[in-house]
Amino acid sequence: MTKRLFVKGNEAVAMGAIEAGCRYYFGYPITPQSDIPEYLSRELPGVGGDFIQAESEIASINMLLGASACGARAMTSSSSPGISLKQEGISYMAGSELPGVIVNICRSGPGLGGIDASQADYFQAVKGGGHGGYHIIVLAPHSVQEMYDLTMLAFDLSDRYRVPAMILADSVIGQMKEALVPHSYAAPADLPAKDWKVTGKGGRQEQRVVKSLYLGDGELEAHNWRLHARYAQLKAREVRFEAAGTSGADLLVTAYGSTARIAKTAIRMAREEGLKVGLLRPISLFPFPAGAFLDATAATKKVLCFELNAGQMVEDVRLSVARDAEVFFYGRPPGAGSLPTPEEFLEQIRKHCKD
Amino acid sequence: MQKVFDRPVSLKDVQTHFCPGCQHGTIHRLVADAMDSLGVQQRTIGVASVGCSVFLYGYFDVDVVEAPHGRAPAVATGVKRVHKDKIVFTYQGDGDLAAIGTSEIIHAANRGEKLTVIFVNNTTYGMTGGQMAPTTLPAQRTTTSPRGRDVAVDGYPIRMAEVLAALEGTAYSVRVSVNSPKNIIQAGKVIRRAFELQTQGVGLSFVEVLSACPTNWGMDPLKANERVASEMIPYFPLGCFKDITAA
Ligand SMILES: Cc1ncc(C[n+]2csc(CCOP(=O)(O)OP(=O)(O)O)c2C)c(N)n1
Ligand code: SF4
Repeated sequence: MTKRLFVKGNEAVAMGAIEAGCRYYFGYPITPQSDIPEYLSRELPGVGGDFIQAESEIASINMLLGASACGARAMTSSSSPGISLKQEGISYMAGSELPGVIVNICRSGPGLGGIDASQADYFQAVKGGGHGGYHIIVLAPHSVQEMYDLTMLAFDLSDRYRVPAMILADSVIGQMKEALVPHSYAAPADLPAKDWKVTGKGGRQEQRVVKSLYLGDGELEAHNWRLHARYAQLKAREVRFEAAGTSGADLLVTAYGSTARIAKTAIRMAREEGLKVGLLRPISLFPFPAGAFLDATAATKKVLCFELNAGQMVEDVRLSVARDAEVFFYGRPPGAGSLPTPEEFLEQIRKHCKD
Repeated sequence: MQKVFDRPVSLKDVQTHFCPGCQHGTIHRLVADAMDSLGVQQRTIGVASVGCSVFLYGYFDVDVVEAPHGRAPAVATGVKRVHKDKIVFTYQGDGDLAAIGTSEIIHAANRGEKLTVIFVNNTTYGMTGGQMAPTTLPAQRTTTSPRGRDVAVDGYPIRMAEVLAALEGTAYSVRVSVNSPKNIIQAGKVIRRAFELQTQGVGLSFVEVLSACPTNWGMDPLKANERVASEMIPYFPLGCFKDITAA
């Protein structure tokens, strides 16, 4: 019989990371993600790994940079204000072509804000976040099981493309408990060897240097084109989404993470009323499932985007849909202290189905 | 004929980009000598910082990871945790280590990370054009202390070797200078010792090296060297502030 566990989303991330071979974790406490460092401080030493509670988020992302430069699977996690501090290091990792997994269990901002769930870090996550014009891989789980599965995937994708990967969830997904069916991990057979990792020369002729500084004539431009070619590959090959009932729908609903769960309930209620509503849930936020939106809006001309912010992903949705499709938005900025209810979403669905 | 002087194997046979009279080159040589004499070049990983020494990998023939400004001790911590059997060193200027990176060096030392830190104190931000550093001396003119550093406004120069000596995790904290042949020889011994202590895994070893920046001090190399003796050493006394292996 497959083992079923009843665990928190945050624990599932930590379990998935260890199963995927992550042996180094560097972090700094912040609500609502502290279960991740707590879990890993307990479990990593037992599997021959290292846990460091760093002095700051800045130090922890740079420890991750160092461990990743050695070719190790390593991770850091934080929540919104801490992720802002990590942006310097994330930009350097992107520039240095280093893999590594960063978990953001978002809370509400800006500034110190509050600890309730929020999706207001979408722009920061998918548009670069730090300086210099880069992207990272961003995956958005909507269940405890996905926290586990997508963490494993994040390690594989970031190793394959040498691009840092982020798990973007919020306190609802991080703190809720539900069933998790753990499974064993096998690294994809075709993962490229890390022939760039620093090890000490050890008799090797050439030295290895991990860096983001390119001062030679045209070197930096060439480096940037190389990075952008990789982002293009990600867009071509690594898009992930969930779609249900999109063909023949009168209205396409889109949401990710915690709001997607509420949207699913609202859609079920709408269908019970006979409304033809489809769902398109982006799982990879970068690369964004632009093609799926274009396909779905070939027939369905109305799209309703739910978010727990004042409108962020909706911009990418608008850029992705068919020319004559209309995109509506419903959301609220963080800070209300309560989540939107399925009934609230249902009312919006009804409104746009009827219009 | 007997050869008495040669290029260390840890140092590449290339021209440097440093200004005439800059002592980064001398210090590079001492670090390379230390690696050679301990026979650790092949298992050493350097962590480059931001400042005039950023091109570390252009000179040292070892694997190198480049760190963001000030974060070298954190990057080195990540490296050393993965490669526990390797020799890991950072090489940082005073702006890098004593300003933006104060938190990272203090906590790496306090954790007792088994790292060797070479800290080059030239009392200014060399690379960015001679602005005031945390180590800039009282009354010293820089591009951001044009009337001379006023301690009432700008605060006091930080004595990092003394600060780090106070931390439990620091195994070795010494200040040396490279302004005279005698001091260069002493600096070489201390740097070698700082690497050797890492092989013993006793804690963080820290060497502060007083160094000239003739370009930004607006002096010729000889005058700059004299300034190290007449102004810097009196404020930043040479000596060993901590050696946990000393009897
Ligand atoms: C985050 C950040 N802030 C500022 C800079 C600009 N910067 C580059 S080198 C430097 C100072 C370096 O001075 P120091 O560490 O004393 O080394 P030196 O050049 O004197 O050898 C500064 C401020 C930077 N690169 N990154
Ligand atoms: S600016 Fe100063 S520290 Fe930098 S290379 Fe020139 S002399 Fe050396």
